[in-house]
Amino acid sequence: MRIVVLLKYVPDLTSERRFADGRAVREAAEGVLNEIDENAVEAALQLIEALPDEADRQASEVIAVTMAPEGGDLAVKKAFQLGAGRGIRLADEALVGSDYFGTTAALAATIRRLGEDAPIDAVIAGMTALDGLGSVVPALLAEELGWPQLTHATAVELSADALALTITRETDDVVARLSAPLPAVVSVSDAANTPRLANFKLIMAARKQPVEQWTVADIEPFFEESAVAGADCLGVAGARASIVETAQRPPRPDVNVVKDAGDGQVAAAAIVDYLKGHDLV
Amino acid sequence: MSTPAVLVQLDSTPSPDGPRVDAVRPVTAELITLGRTLGHVDVFTMGSPSVEALAALGALGVRTVHQAQLPTSLPVDAHRTTNSIAAIAVTVAQRIHADVLLCPTGFAAKEIAAVAAARLGAGLVTDATSLTWAGGEGDGKKVLRATKHSFGGAWNGTVDIITDPAVVTVASGAVTVEPAATPTHPEVEAVIVDPPAPKVTVLSREVKPRASDRPSLEEAAAVVAGGRGTGGDFTDVYALADALDAAVGATRDIVHDGHFDRFIGQTGVTIAPALYVAAGISGAPHHVAGIQGAGHIISIVNDPEAPIVELSNLAVLGDVAAVLPATVAAVTEAKKAAGSA
Repeated sequence: MRIVVLLKYVPDLTSERRFADGRAVREAAEGVLNEIDENAVEAALQLIEALPDEADRQASEVIAVTMAPEGGDLAVKKAFQLGAGRGIRLADEALVGSDYFGTTAALAATIRRLGEDAPIDAVIAGMTALDGLGSVVPALLAEELGWPQLTHATAVELSADALALTITRETDDVVARLSAPLPAVVSVSDAANTPRLANFKLIMAARKQPVEQWTVADIEPFFEESAVAGADCLGVAGARASIVETAQRPPRPDVNVVKDAGDGQVAAAAIVDYLKGHDLV
Repeated sequence: MSTPAVLVQLDSTPSPDGPRVDAVRPVTAELITLGRTLGHVDVFTMGSPSVEALAALGALGVRTVHQAQLPTSLPVDAHRTTNSIAAIAVTVAQRIHADVLLCPTGFAAKEIAAVAAARLGAGLVTDATSLTWAGGEGDGKKVLRATKHSFGGAWNGTVDIITDPAVVTVASGAVTVEPAATPTHPEVEAVIVDPPAPKVTVLSREVKPRASDRPSLEEAAAVVAGGRGTGGDFTDVYALADALDAAVGATRDIVHDGHFDRFIGQTGVTIAPALYVAAGISGAPHHVAGIQGAGHIISIVNDPEAPIVELSNLAVLGDVAAVLPATVAAVTEAKKAAGSA
């Protein structure tokens, strides 16, 4: 089984985040692997471990793919530490400023190229990333590849014949059980599993393991003129939504901090005063 | 540009028992109110709107209700998939030459919006907080301009969608519902929709029941939420929510520990209430990502260094177990005093 895990390199929320020329700046020292993407790596490893045949397990591969600037290698290295066997960072001036459709086109072309060597059985991603919260690329990728969309999974199971997946999908008020044949696009939530801890051997190996550096030239032949997005969707030039301006939000007014005396009365009085003062009660 | 056509989905969260739409949900009314500032508003639905629902749509100024008819060969379970609902949105949008497709927020709605945008060749903005038409001077071409929050609300962005149609998901609570100046009598038109063959089999589908005496998290004007600092005892969280007519929420930890069923945050519900009360919540990035649209934030924590303190308008430092019941009593007293005044 060959599984592509999509990684997003996101700003470390404890660091200052900023925009330049209207786009999010992700510098090496500031970024981390999007937390939920560890659940995606874990889901891939568990699917492979669920294969009934030992030879199939041995022949299986988890390929980590990220579309990110230089610091994005860190996200791929993190996936190596967890057990990914191969990692690719896709970066190109032509990709900078891509919208959802440009991103989808580039990732789809990457997956098609990887599928040339041997078929890809599944693409697994985290259901959302902390910087953008768009959460739509997995669904778009399924549409673009023409594969089933098994997104927002809180549980992922491989069928006994290892040819299909069943997921529990939880969105807002709805819980559904969905099943589809492979290949499929899956996105997982943080409830899907508990990511394993990196072991020492893999941490050491990850240091030496190279991250393959791909550019648009590497995936050029694999764009398709499809309903979703072709090569003309890439970058700022191809974006259907263009950023006019970004501005730091005006700071919140100073925090009014009130220390309670222990019985709750001081705090309660402060809260009621605040609610009354702002017509909230 | 002639008056733009705006399309809104009517039955955003389908009821489990199905084919009828009995009411217009607040989130839909928000989308229609916003849509009216952009052009004529039509809605699409799978269910048959009741007389009451049609009256409510008329009060909101909706022009036409497009009721989709899916092929009888399509299993009923497959009616509510991304594939099918996106197909309805696309068919109706093309039929009325829609310039804008507005969808609610939420993970399922965002996927529908994205797939519909893909099939329409349209640009997409998610979680917009405002929409206006911009441009139109030079070459006369107007574009839809959206604002949205990024990075946990620390930044505001302005984005132009340069395609026609444009697809937008709108953050809940971004708009205050207002009736139309001129009410309408919406027509119901049947539309035959033939979605692409489903690739996914729906084995089961269950809509979680919600307490009907309490506003839902997404739509409530006030939310009281509890975190680890409550120790998992939500008695006082419920009591304060009752006193404030608020919805109840929780952090991911509390839900994972089994004390509550819905959490606010990155992978849970995104909320934008006018008032948010955080009880025993430290303000981890996961949680903060879900409250970026909140208006007034009041936090009750014992740790002055907790990140939530910085985000609050009022932070009270104290013991949640003491502060919550005292606050419930004080709020109840204040309401009584106001009521008798």
